[in-house]
Amino acid sequence: MRGRTVNPGRARGEALVSRTPLSFYGGVDPRTGVVVERGHELQGKSVAGKILVFPRGKGSTVGSYVIYALKKNGVAPLAVVNQETEPIVAAGVILADIPCVDKVDLSPLETGDLVEVDADRGRVEILRKRR
Amino acid sequence: MYLTRDQEKMLEGEEGEVVERMFRLLVRLGDLYGADRMIPVSSCQVSGVSYKSVGDPGLEFVEDLAAKGARVRVRTTLNPAGLDLEGWREMGFPEDFAEKQLRILEAFRKLGAELTVTCTPYLAGVAPSRGEHLAWSESSAVSFSNSVLGARTNREGGPSALAAAICGLTPRYGLHLEENRTPTLIVKVEGELRGPSDFSALGYWVGKEAGGGIPYFRGIREAGAEELKALGAAMAASGAVALFHVEGITPEADPEKARGLERVGAGREEIRRSYEILTTGEETDLVVLGCPHASLGELSRAVSLLGEGGTGKPVWICTSRRVKEEATRSGLRRRVEEAGGRIVADTCAVVSPLERMGFGTVGVDSAKAAHYLPGLCGVRVVFSPPERLLGVGG
Repeated sequence: MRGRTVNPGRARGEALVSRTPLSFYGGVDPRTGVVVERGHELQGKSVAGKILVFPRGKGSTVGSYVIYALKKNGVAPLAVVNQETEPIVAAGVILADIPCVDKVDLSPLETGDLVEVDADRGRVEILRKRR
Repeated sequence: MYLTRDQEKMLEGEEGEVVERMFRLLVRLGDLYGADRMIPVSSCQVSGVSYKSVGDPGLEFVEDLAAKGARVRVRTTLNPAGLDLEGWREMGFPEDFAEKQLRILEAFRKLGAELTVTCTPYLAGVAPSRGEHLAWSESSAVSFSNSVLGARTNREGGPSALAAAICGLTPRYGLHLEENRTPTLIVKVEGELRGPSDFSALGYWVGKEAGGGIPYFRGIREAGAEELKALGAAMAASGAVALFHVEGITPEADPEKARGLERVGAGREEIRRSYEILTTGEETDLVVLGCPHASLGELSRAVSLLGEGGTGKPVWICTSRRVKEEATRSGLRRRVEEAGGRIVADTCAVVSPLERMGFGTVGVDSAKAAHYLPGLCGVRVVFSPPERLLGVGG
């Protein structure tokens, strides 16, 4: 799949997929990387070390610092894949230097897929489907 | 994107490492969102100030910038901090938290920011005019300045607003351009709206419908600054609404531009549902008003309600230091305190360490506060109009 480079870099790992928008501020604990938003489909799951896939960000603009904090605390996702990366998530991934690609059709991606992100070229590839 | 010779020099590091790093962030964002060039901004408003929000990584980030001698180039104010700068000890804010919080504020002061720490800079001495370009980041202030004042700002992240402050520039894209300010969805409002809390409940529902779009409201006959502030804040919390129009009320509402758009209807039922779904508790042990920060008008209404009601519970009314000082001068503050309330400046329930201060269930009249409090403070909330929270009329 081809998309647009939001921040360059490469990563390979297991996908964690949300079909609904994600708020980092108040939605993800910057110390643990666990999603804490009540009722969110990823509640209780950790974004640490995952290829984090969600359509777009939502909520407070402090989200950029939370992404930066996740990186500093060693619990950031390996890469981020969005349908549309809005400025809050973009500033966060650029500052934290997390590979990020957007304008990708997210529908083939499922939690547990092994995914390779080549953000230098804006490419996202499913290496192996989840079992 | 086109860069002037001077701007190229910034990118090459001629103005130091911090300017280079911050300008690179702006250029990358500009390239990403199709900016053709940079434009100067007249003011910046930076989020990510509360120690509770940004923690040690945020503290270290800002201290690092300050230690490297960075300075803002335009008027810069800050989002609320995690405590009342004057009253924190007396109110029982934890010492270790205060120490870190004061370090963050000191770093911002060194950067040249004003210690106006509020989500409502437009009520605290920064009043942009129509068409002025800004780089603001507090989502409710972004919404108010775009929609009600007709100024132009994108919904900046904390770091990009700080980068704009340090560079004095922002990439020209998104809501800086006239063509991106036209509505995307008509919201036909039916039924009567009573006070800012109803606008907040309505906004919460509309924000989910509109997502990142631009709602155009029809059927709202009357709305003052307080109502529009509440409406915008809620839409920015449940969705990503950075601009809305209200027919006959906001400066850029143009019926011509609203033709042929998708329509949704909203009224008492949607408002009732917002109050209901956001309420997770029953008996409150603290009532917090002033999200976004209260205006002087809201303070005086709260005084009347406090006088009529009588709950015996602590009542905080959050506002900016500027409004608190005006209220002190005019005697309003004394009346609030005599009626059992407390004016809390520089902070709010959401960004304060409420969970460490022994409160279990908090009553709020704001959908934004109700949305964030359970996740950020681990408390239950009751979202209701202020009359009910303060026990007016039984």
